[in-house]
Amino acid sequence: MSDLVRPATDIAIDVSGLTKIFAGKKVVDNLSLRVKRGHIQGFLGPNGSGKTTTIRMLCGLLTPDAGEGRCLGLDIRTQQEEIKRHVGYMTQGFSLYRDLTIRENLEFVARIYGLVAPEDAAQAALERLGLTARADQLAGELSGGWKQRLALGACILPAPSLLLLDEPTAGVDPKARRDFWDEIHHLANEGLTVLVSTHYMDEAERCHEIAYILDGKLLVSGTIEDTIRNARLTTYVVKGEGLDALAAELNRAPGVDMVAPFGAALHVGGRDRQAMEAVAARYADRAHRWMQDEPTLEDVFIELMTRNHRSGQ
Amino acid sequence: MNEASVRRDIQRDIQPARRGALAQSWQRLVAMFVKEFIQLRRDRPTLGMIVGIPLIQLLLFGYAINTDPKHLPTAVLVSDDSPLARALVGALRATDYFHVKYVVQGEQRADQLIRSNEVQFVIQIPPDFSRRLVRGERPSLLIVADATDPTATAGAIAAASGAVIQALDRELTGALATLAQNSPPFDLQVHRRYNPAGEARRNIVPGLIGTILTMTMLIYTALSVTREIERGTMEALLAMPVKPVEIMLGKITPYVVVGGVQMATILIVATFLFRVPIVGSLFVLVPLTLLFIVANLSMGYTLSTVAANQLQAIQMTFFFFLPSMLLSGFLFPFYGMPVWAQYLGEGLPLTHYLRIVRSVMLKGSGYGDLAADAGALALFTLVAMSVAVMRFRQTLD
Repeated sequence: MSDLVRPATDIAIDVSGLTKIFAGKKVVDNLSLRVKRGHIQGFLGPNGSGKTTTIRMLCGLLTPDAGEGRCLGLDIRTQQEEIKRHVGYMTQGFSLYRDLTIRENLEFVARIYGLVAPEDAAQAALERLGLTARADQLAGELSGGWKQRLALGACILPAPSLLLLDEPTAGVDPKARRDFWDEIHHLANEGLTVLVSTHYMDEAERCHEIAYILDGKLLVSGTIEDTIRNARLTTYVVKGEGLDALAAELNRAPGVDMVAPFGAALHVGGRDRQAMEAVAARYADRAHRWMQDEPTLEDVFIELMTRNHRSGQ
Repeated sequence: MNEASVRRDIQRDIQPARRGALAQSWQRLVAMFVKEFIQLRRDRPTLGMIVGIPLIQLLLFGYAINTDPKHLPTAVLVSDDSPLARALVGALRATDYFHVKYVVQGEQRADQLIRSNEVQFVIQIPPDFSRRLVRGERPSLLIVADATDPTATAGAIAAASGAVIQALDRELTGALATLAQNSPPFDLQVHRRYNPAGEARRNIVPGLIGTILTMTMLIYTALSVTREIERGTMEALLAMPVKPVEIMLGKITPYVVVGGVQMATILIVATFLFRVPIVGSLFVLVPLTLLFIVANLSMGYTLSTVAANQLQAIQMTFFFFLPSMLLSGFLFPFYGMPVWAQYLGEGLPLTHYLRIVRSVMLKGSGYGDLAADAGALALFTLVAMSVAVMRFRQTLD
């Protein structure tokens, strides 16, 4: 087991074979993942694919039924107490105290983590977050964007080495999302490792590496370029009239592996280049313009999802 | 958007068929009814408690409560070991009201027994009782009753005089028969100690202190864990490096202060409005009351770790509260209950606290007299806290 002797400096998350079973169903199935220190790891997958369960196993909130691994060099099965000290976990829903003010929430967190001067730590966090003016406002009265900002602030207040963010930007406006991601990159530059689950492709593209999970299984992991290249998709962007009807027809056409509407266009793709080109030639007519294009990350994921659901049925 | 376009917007889709206005209202009611029923049905423990609570409590209290208590713990202070004295004690025993647990010599020992709630009666037979009786001097036979609970002792006192006269009738035969013909050849004196006038409020007000504190303290902590779960804050809390013991003590302590304030309020009102004296020391009453408060807070917290939601927590609180009222000796005499119910009662903090508060306020008992009850409260607290810490799930598994 050379993995165990590896110095814990370059790999922040190193887990293999993680499995969690709820009511007889494998919610996470034999998942292995390795995240480098200082990297931002995107964690993607549809709702119910096991992202939250995986994150909870990483931070010691759930015990894996099988598999093993380390977070920051600490065993996720036996050293949960220690892991909690060094991992910041931002839950999917807002989980700070709504009936405490922003300052009170931050001071609470600072005390729980045993910081020397909790009031000062909270004040510093307030300034960093730009929340000084709202310090005495109840956390429950904040808008979605500010809540999320506060939650992140509370997470990084005890200076963790690893951040686990579970859909942190769900329901947040684009400006706040962009600010949030700037902050994440800033933190990663300082050496913090971040694992962030998201449904937004633009956010996925801001990660150093991504992992895609479906029905508890890890389907793809690596950089975005690798992910797109490895998918070997031939994709076309189709524009024109009656795209809904065309989409329904293409879904049944041999050689087509994914069909997805994007605004006023249709993305059509297939893994078999020749078959796909034949389809394009067949369907290109006066009403529809077919243009070959590089596959996007979203195309790749839709194809992955479609394929797995077809094979599952 | 103008009105026409709004209407067009609403009417754009084909509308499903709807009922008339009254029928719609009825259907909305049905919708709420069906929804509530489904939710109730999903909550298994609550469903169990719907039938369980009334059934258990009805059976429990139906069999346990008895307003005419018998077999009351009694000490006999015999200074005159004559056949006549023995016959009298035998007669009192035969009434079924007096259960002679101790036969003692000194008055001091007798006092101590009654102060520490070991006995409710001391029957005193003076040194030369039979000799003076034979001489026709009408000696007095003394029954000292612990009147902190007047209802508990009333029946026994009433039964005592009749029993003693009958016993003498049987004993005084032959030459002594003439004595029996007169009105009682002795003077039966009853001392209702600690509450000579038999005032109910001297019994009820101290009891209320315990009952009120039980109710308020239980609810405070019973909701504390379930509230964190329902508001979603538990997940973040569990992800932080905080231990179950720390969470528990941190949640209980503020309410000890709250309980202290309540205690002070009640004691002030009890003293100045209801004129219930505090015979004993506040240095005994206050610390032991705080101990009782902690015991109830721990119990509430334990319920909170068992309940899945706030509704369950409240139901459990009541499930605990009602026996506390009925089996502790607050409303009905403790010794009136069958033995199994007394054992149940011994498991309730209120039972022990009632003894403490009544004894300190009315009898002036000290730590020495109340060690057993104080110990029981401490033990209860310890057990409840241990269960809570073990029950507390540190993960979301």
